[in-house]
Amino acid sequence: MTREKLITSLQKIVKPYIQDQIAFENLNEETDFINDLKINSANLIDIILDLEDEFDIEIDDESMENMLSVKSAIDIIENKLAES
Amino acid sequence: MIGKTILESLPYQPPFLFVDELTKITDNGVTGNYTFKESEYFYRGHFKDYPVTPGVILIEVMAQIGLVCLGIYLLREKFSDIKKPQIALTSNNIDFFLPVKPKQRVNVVSEKIYFRFNKLKCKVQLFNEKNQLVCKGDISGMLKINDKK
Repeated sequence: MTREKLITSLQKIVKPYIQDQIAFENLNEETDFINDLKINSANLIDIILDLEDEFDIEIDDESMENMLSVKSAIDIIENKLAES
Repeated sequence: MIGKTILESLPYQPPFLFVDELTKITDNGVTGNYTFKESEYFYRGHFKDYPVTPGVILIEVMAQIGLVCLGIYLLREKFSDIKKPQIALTSNNIDFFLPVKPKQRVNVVSEKIYFRFNKLKCKVQLFNEKNQLVCKGDISGMLKINDKK
């Protein structure tokens, strides 16, 4: 799967939880989930669980703690997909 | 026995402790109850001359029994006297069906949906003494063991 496709899937998953519409419309690899999209830490966990279901991967505690931006999330998903 | 230890570990005290007893607790869920005293502070204002338990208090009963007690149980191996759990309610979505009056006992039944990355989400139901459904819904919270004293 290309990086662009991954970002599009990610965008669909984060949409219900975002609190900043403008940051969402301008979403790119540098977008930070908490500082830009204003997602709270509890909803960030729901996003990670949704990503696990969407890509059929398992995200461990260490990866979860690093998943703070679009770029880090995409990197982690790509790595997990490559492992499987 | 384990129930008593959990009650002693709760970070609440009157007038905001809403757990009397835990009747069942497993890795997948918890059942417990609370009896509302006639003297509860909120009956003086909710409502004038007509005491009814506020919905927010019923949610608090559901959260204390269904989420906090279960969360302490799930974290039991990491738990000790010097390590207290940090807790925060993060969301709830509850429907209400019946009122609860003073002196009534309510029974809470909670089933774990998931506990991952310190977030506990449960499906919680609250019944009255006649075993009629009073309210139900999903409640989520974050729980973690604070390493500091």
